[in-house]
Amino acid sequence: MDDASAEWVYALSGADAAREAGLARLHDLLVRVAVREVHRRFSGFSGQELEDLAHQAADDAMVAILGKLDTFRGESRFTTWAYRFVVLEVSSKLGRHYWRQHPVEILETENWDRLPDRFGTDPGEHAEQAELVKAVRQAVDETLSEHQRRLFVAVVLNGVPLDALVTCLGTNRNAIYKAIFDARRKIRVFLVANGYLEEKGR
Amino acid sequence: MTVMNSWAALDRFLRTDPADVGCEQAMEILHVYVELVAADQDAARRYLGVAAHLAACGPCGEDFRGLLAAVIED
Repeated sequence: MDDASAEWVYALSGADAAREAGLARLHDLLVRVAVREVHRRFSGFSGQELEDLAHQAADDAMVAILGKLDTFRGESRFTTWAYRFVVLEVSSKLGRHYWRQHPVEILETENWDRLPDRFGTDPGEHAEQAELVKAVRQAVDETLSEHQRRLFVAVVLNGVPLDALVTCLGTNRNAIYKAIFDARRKIRVFLVANGYLEEKGR
Repeated sequence: MTVMNSWAALDRFLRTDPADVGCEQAMEILHVYVELVAADQDAARRYLGVAAHLAACGPCGEDFRGLLAAVIED
């Protein structure tokens, strides 16, 4: 472990004034990273709303960091390890914020007309649009489970961010990613088997 | 964009990489991976499965870019 990281761990594991100073310093760093990250993502937040979100992310990251402090092994600098927590908190909070601007009913709709836009089909190419929609819809109908279908439709057709689904469905990012990963693989196998795509790419 | 490109875009989206480690493992090691990237230490070759995941998963890729920016700006 490098010296600076060891100092962080020592300060945060200690007691009294040294620990308080370490906590305050770390919190300031986390808030700064959170503010920059929210800006970087063009989330539309500004002013007090941005400050509030950044402080909430920093507060929650602090709790996670202190709870896992004894698992830090010095594989990276301490600050890099700590920043990861606050970046993930920003993702989570932005995902939750999505539902303030979009109705949850979006999860119950299947608008297949949006599919061509998702893959850049020329709006004038009606026959090709129809072929693409028909092929993917058939693959979805015939190969996906209800759960996979719901997630695929939400993410691909309705453009719901994955982290927004996490907060809405009370699951985690990995579980949703895995379900969509399996859905992508199944759909592609179907499209290859039915001559829409080639095994090595079209 | 041509029709062929729309099928190609669909194909790119549907293709899955067996090396992809998933969100949980990628996020677990992200701090190490980011420092290797920042130090130009061929992170993608050392962590093939993480690189495969970050290329395919939008949210994890965004977290990677965010952490990298934080480390570079630090």
